[in-house]
Amino acid sequence: MPDFTMPALGADMETGTVVEWRVKPGETVRSGDVIAVVETHKGAIDVECFLEGVIDDLVPLGTELPVGAVLARIHSASEARRPPPAPSGAIRPKISPAARRAALERDLRLSDLHGSGPDGAITLADVQRRDHNATPTMASPTAQPASRQGFDTTPMRQAIAAAMGRSKREIPHYYLSSTIDFGPAQAWLESWNRTHEPIDRLLPAVLLLKATAMALVEVPQLNGFYENAAFRPSPAINPGWAVALRGGGLMAPAIHDANHRSLPELMVALRDLVQRARTGGLRGSELTDPTITVTSLGDRGAESVLGVIYPPQVAIVGFGRMVLRPWVVGDQVVPRSIVTATLAADHRVSDGHVGGQLLAAINAALQSPQAL
Amino acid sequence: MNASEIRTLVAKVLSGIAPEADLSSVGDAEDLREALDLDSMDFLNFVVGLSEGSGLAIPEADYPRLFTMNGLLGYMDR
Repeated sequence: MPDFTMPALGADMETGTVVEWRVKPGETVRSGDVIAVVETHKGAIDVECFLEGVIDDLVPLGTELPVGAVLARIHSASEARRPPPAPSGAIRPKISPAARRAALERDLRLSDLHGSGPDGAITLADVQRRDHNATPTMASPTAQPASRQGFDTTPMRQAIAAAMGRSKREIPHYYLSSTIDFGPAQAWLESWNRTHEPIDRLLPAVLLLKATAMALVEVPQLNGFYENAAFRPSPAINPGWAVALRGGGLMAPAIHDANHRSLPELMVALRDLVQRARTGGLRGSELTDPTITVTSLGDRGAESVLGVIYPPQVAIVGFGRMVLRPWVVGDQVVPRSIVTATLAADHRVSDGHVGGQLLAAINAALQSPQAL
Repeated sequence: MNASEIRTLVAKVLSGIAPEADLSSVGDAEDLREALDLDSMDFLNFVVGLSEGSGLAIPEADYPRLFTMNGLLGYMDR
């Protein structure tokens, strides 16, 4: 009888808290169903289950548990259901989602709260009453930094620090850079956008993403994971797209099978991904599946972006801001839209020659935008 | 659309893109993208919202006229 356990939603995750169950005991679950919402340092993530069967023994909400801890049990449909376990002596408080959020904002521990709801459940009123009764000498929590839904960005900052620190300690990075003539792609894009409504228009970013995905088909040594002192290539190309969060913080959730999606499909996926990264609803698989990271955060800032590889990935591609520069075409100097593409890669897995091939392939793909 | 309607629509669309932003603190001649830290995706979503909210077609070539509130007031007044 397999268990549904706390997934590792990123190499740096150590614990998570189930804050919502999307299924009830006794329901049938199918592989890929979102069955729980887990609060992590990256915010609330919709976690999918990849087992099939009848789910039972759901862990109570609001308890922080380590990666690998059992969250529920999945019985195959043919197994007889176990009788429900006798109530345990340990009291784990039940808490409503609204109360949980309010408690988080006020920096209150669940153990500090008294539940007046059914089964001793903690309600929003209980949290507010506790806050009201706080003695003047108790330090009241200072206002949380402006961020979505009372989400504290400090744990995310710490998580980024841990991941990036580990990356720089463990991964010997090498760096390559290439200036790419975006002229043909720009012309193609302008032509497309002239004949499409705003909602169907494309951003240069989707061309950069698609070109990178297609380049990885030719250079698969940069698409995969370094684990147990060996490189494991990934059969699928799932670039993690770097998204800056408005309150501060950074995530790079996966766009699955980017090489197989059309530009309009990628645009829809990108828009949806950015929305969910910023306001909630990212799925666990989007955090665990990136096979490489692509960052285009130079959008309106830096001309070139040299990234830090996110373990266990082995490479990160960076695109800077589009700039207008003099460029030689034939024997003429003409103004052209130029973008600087960079690659940071793990020297244990690849050498400069391979990295150079990737950048060359990205360049080639962008010279034939109609084929993207 | 009159000036008041334009301001209302702009505020409404931006509230969905930069919900924590205080539009009243942004000057009419200031570049909204800088003031509200809008990237290219945010700006395109802004254009989508303006176009759908006003019924106006907004070709890409006209985007620079939408960077400031003054520009918006002039452009959308039709």
